[in-house]
Amino acid sequence: MGSTLDLIYSPMDVQKIRKDFPILSREVNGRPLVYFDNAATSQTPLQVIDVITDYYKNYNANIHRGVHALSQEATDAYEAARQKIQKHFNAAHPFEIIFTSGTTHSINIVSNGYAQSLQKGDELIVSALEHHSNIVPWQMLCEKTGAILKVIPMNQQGVLLMEEYEKLLSDKTKLVFVNHVSNALGTVNPIKAIIEKAHAVGAQVLIDGAQASPHIRADVQALDVDYYVTSAHKLCGPTGIGMLYGKESALKRLPPYQGGGEMIAEVTFEKTTYADLPHKFEAGTPNIAGGIAFGAALDYINNIGMDQIAAYEEELLQYGTAALEKIPGLKIYGTAPQKTAVISFNVEGIHPYDIGSILDKLGIAVRTGHHCAQPIMDYYQIPGTVRASFSFYNTFEEIDSMIVALKKALEMLQ
Amino acid sequence: MESISAAQEEIVDEFAMFDDWMQRYEYMIELGKSLPLIDPQYKTDDYIIKGCQSKVWVHADLEKDKLVFTADSDAIITKGIIAILIRVFSHQHPDAILEADTSFIDQIGLKEHLSPTRANGLVSMIKQLKMYAIAFKTQLN
Repeated sequence: MGSTLDLIYSPMDVQKIRKDFPILSREVNGRPLVYFDNAATSQTPLQVIDVITDYYKNYNANIHRGVHALSQEATDAYEAARQKIQKHFNAAHPFEIIFTSGTTHSINIVSNGYAQSLQKGDELIVSALEHHSNIVPWQMLCEKTGAILKVIPMNQQGVLLMEEYEKLLSDKTKLVFVNHVSNALGTVNPIKAIIEKAHAVGAQVLIDGAQASPHIRADVQALDVDYYVTSAHKLCGPTGIGMLYGKESALKRLPPYQGGGEMIAEVTFEKTTYADLPHKFEAGTPNIAGGIAFGAALDYINNIGMDQIAAYEEELLQYGTAALEKIPGLKIYGTAPQKTAVISFNVEGIHPYDIGSILDKLGIAVRTGHHCAQPIMDYYQIPGTVRASFSFYNTFEEIDSMIVALKKALEMLQ
Repeated sequence: MESISAAQEEIVDEFAMFDDWMQRYEYMIELGKSLPLIDPQYKTDDYIIKGCQSKVWVHADLEKDKLVFTADSDAIITKGIIAILIRVFSHQHPDAILEADTSFIDQIGLKEHLSPTRANGLVSMIKQLKMYAIAFKTQLN
């Protein structure tokens, strides 16, 4: 049944794509691996692994300051990757792309930058759907500055209440930070409207794109967003590398977060002047191979095509949702009309952790727990969920395997 | 009551009978169902064990000079794990609990077959049982 669907609807050759990912053919606990934890991290294709190997084999050198050939080659490749990222997200300039260690680091650069300019009583707005990484840095900022954190509530479907958001906005609002897609529920948030409304009161907006990037190509100029952040490992790149996009005007105002080499123009013991963008935010030797591989990962997914990926993942989502809904007592959390291929669920009377443990023994990798989004679990009054998150290299047959395994688990646990 | 080491050997033998980990899980779930349940009045944050993804409550009482444990968890596999520990450590003298070696856990391969968070929880559970033994030991002296 699954394979027929595959043939009829999908213009993507999934079996060919799967050959790019050696890890997908391994076994776990003596069974073929079914990897459905893509929202936590995606797998890495050979094309990206080869770029990392090639760097260390052939042109490993420190960048931006060497006079020798290797340093020049490494610098060129690193800067070429920055331009690929710029093009992918349609930033106006390459220097608006800051390489970071990942989304969390990117958010902390911005939140620390605001520590000097915020005043007591200023307001920040966050959404009820955030990952802890887009909550805690701002709470720390509020503690430092006396600013107040306000929360956009959501409804049972996991959709943000826009009318409540509008009520929270005022001339006191300085910054709004919302994720593009919720990691726990898969909800796609109406970020264009969120940004417009924030700008209307003079507030800036940071969008956490970690969960959206593998599925939706954000056009930062069309969105008119002030900051957009993501991690390469969510979109087939390596861990430890990510980006902070900032509008030129926003990044120029933002003070640097870390001091060190590379980020300076001149240093004397009396005074140091900072380097221009992007170097002002890139103190120290960066993750050079990671940056180059980030560019290669974007090449890889753009070769397949983001539209193709989104369409195929939507089929997986529909297929998986329909199959899971047939299981008695199963409840899906997050039923927004716009969502990515993430299904968070529980089965009545059974702890998500028990289900996850048995599925693992049967070779199915899912995530269980609060998914670093405890406020969402508190809203639904549940300890956590089982979360299956699909990627373009997953198949309908794998969803069938998960359903068989889930039935087996329920038989044991009920 | 048999000694701690005899109870441990018995469990090691039982686990050795199973061919694969699915069977061992099924057995743990069964053990979980036989767990001596904690009185609901103790199912509060004061009796909760930290370090588990699921909630675990443990209570200890002294019967003459022996410690008797009761427990509960919201996850059934976790209940099975705590049931194994209680079978070994309940109705024992605090000194025996404190001296007990817990290598039987490695022998049955429990740790390596648990997810890292659950293995951490297992360590926290053993620590908590031994903490009770310390507390009651002072009471006995």
